[in-house]
Amino acid sequence: MTALTRTNPSPSSPAAGFGVGRTLRLGASRIAYETRIYFRQTDTLFFTFLFPVIMLTIFSVAFQGMGNVGANPDGTGGISQAAAYLPGMIAAGILLSGVQNLGVDIANERSDGTLKRLGGTPLPVLSYFFGKMGQVFVTSVLQIGLLLLVASVVFGVALPTDGGSWMTFAWVYVLGIATSAVLGIAISRLPRSGKSATAVIIPPILILQFISGVYLQFSLLPDWLQNVAGIFPLKWMGQGMRAVFLPESFAAVEPGGVWDLGSVAIALLVWLVAGLVVCRLTFRWIRKDS
Amino acid sequence: MTSADTAVSVEGLTKSYGAFAALKGVTFDIARGETFALLGPNGAGKSTTIEILEGYRDRTGGEARVLGVDPQHGGLEWKAKLGIVLQSSGESGNVTVREQLTEFANLYPNPRSVDEVIAAVGLEQKAGTRIKNLSGGQRRRVDVALGVVGRPELLFLDEPTTGFDPEARRAFWELIRGLKRDGTTILLTTHYLDEAAQLSDRAAVVAGGELVDIGPVHTLGPDEARVPIVRWSENGVVREQRTPDPGRVVADLFARLGEPAALEIVRPSLEDIYLELVSSYEREQEQVPA
Repeated sequence: MTALTRTNPSPSSPAAGFGVGRTLRLGASRIAYETRIYFRQTDTLFFTFLFPVIMLTIFSVAFQGMGNVGANPDGTGGISQAAAYLPGMIAAGILLSGVQNLGVDIANERSDGTLKRLGGTPLPVLSYFFGKMGQVFVTSVLQIGLLLLVASVVFGVALPTDGGSWMTFAWVYVLGIATSAVLGIAISRLPRSGKSATAVIIPPILILQFISGVYLQFSLLPDWLQNVAGIFPLKWMGQGMRAVFLPESFAAVEPGGVWDLGSVAIALLVWLVAGLVVCRLTFRWIRKDS
Repeated sequence: MTSADTAVSVEGLTKSYGAFAALKGVTFDIARGETFALLGPNGAGKSTTIEILEGYRDRTGGEARVLGVDPQHGGLEWKAKLGIVLQSSGESGNVTVREQLTEFANLYPNPRSVDEVIAAVGLEQKAGTRIKNLSGGQRRRVDVALGVVGRPELLFLDEPTTGFDPEARRAFWELIRGLKRDGTTILLTTHYLDEAAQLSDRAAVVAGGELVDIGPVHTLGPDEARVPIVRWSENGVVREQRTPDPGRVVADLFARLGEPAALEIVRPSLEDIYLELVSSYEREQEQVPA
């Protein structure tokens, strides 16, 4: 160790600002930092980033022999198993990248002292949130891109070609990922320790995937279970994505016989706002008197 | 002291957790540019005090000002003037030493050069190593580096040298002396009394949530506690005598016994004085049940 020099090369002007500009600049820098760390964690890479691709592959291969979904009695028509599973896997990816990733990640950061350390620095809480949400957005775009690539190249799923479908995709995706990220930050309060984080957060998310039409065809679930799933956002993300990727005729098996995108938008918005309120009210760098 | 000369001012500070009183009215000031050590056994209230001053904990009663601000309401601009080395590090650390320091330097308006700080803590060889792959002592040096990279006016060091080997500890002392020469105010807690003696202008001994003594390190403890002890062996029995005039006692001994066996003159070390302070506090507490 050597002594530090006294010289103070760039005395910044005192008004060099703790305003919005700084919050955004630090937020942008946090996105790069958080994203870099994300890809260094092999467990997140497997259970969050690659999970939907792996599940799509398994289901598509396993159920190939059952023929097409929604085929005519003579076996013609319908769509491949991969095409049928794709919308649900995209919705699951959105949920995992936001809720599971941030829920576990922030619970760990709270428990290992990262948040406490950050709380002692002049980092604005908002910049920290921007960093997390930016990381979720970047990694999730890559994840969905990979899913679409594998679906179309490996399993020959025909992707939509009309602008309208992709517009729907864009807003369902943006609303879905924003809601997921916010809910991830909100539920990171629940685990009491970093060790219990995965045990507390992963099981409910897994159950949600089973009842929300990710692994099991939603229209085959009993009404009461559909209604339970309808409370949570994943069902609505899945419904929105089915509207994008499935043929129009498949709307007939949806509840009410239509895609009902209006309800998708409302349900996701309600969850987004609720999540923001919970974050605003409950997020602290540390549990003050633990 | 006027408030402009005072970096930290604490008066009648109390902190209770339920029925347990962790701090029972602690009062002290730290001048700007001073290095001040808080000594005391585990659970004495050192960390509670320092964490209240860092803004991590809310006090139950009393007054506290840190750089002119109530630490319970310190904003980002206030935090930008502080450097905090917490008692425990234990971050997951999937970033390299240089990446982490760069990220933290970025948060401050007028940071030190990252390379200079890495050199100052002697981690040049490890700059590109991920923090999780460092040894405990090396991680502690990263903590110290993160605490000083923002060029703080006031540096909090909570047991900074735990896990250091003797060589690293001496090097760390040099680093602290350099910061002190630069005018940095330093509040240090430590178990190592030699460390307090080496670094601090003044020290306070805390026991059971109360300030037992305060002053320049060499004046700590009652005057009697610093009275030398003459020890010798007479007829196989170890005898000792506390005296302000050890020379005369030895001369008398020599006159009486000739060369006394196992003769020594012991001046109580800081450690002896400290232990005496703490144990006499504990004896008092037993006599007056709370």
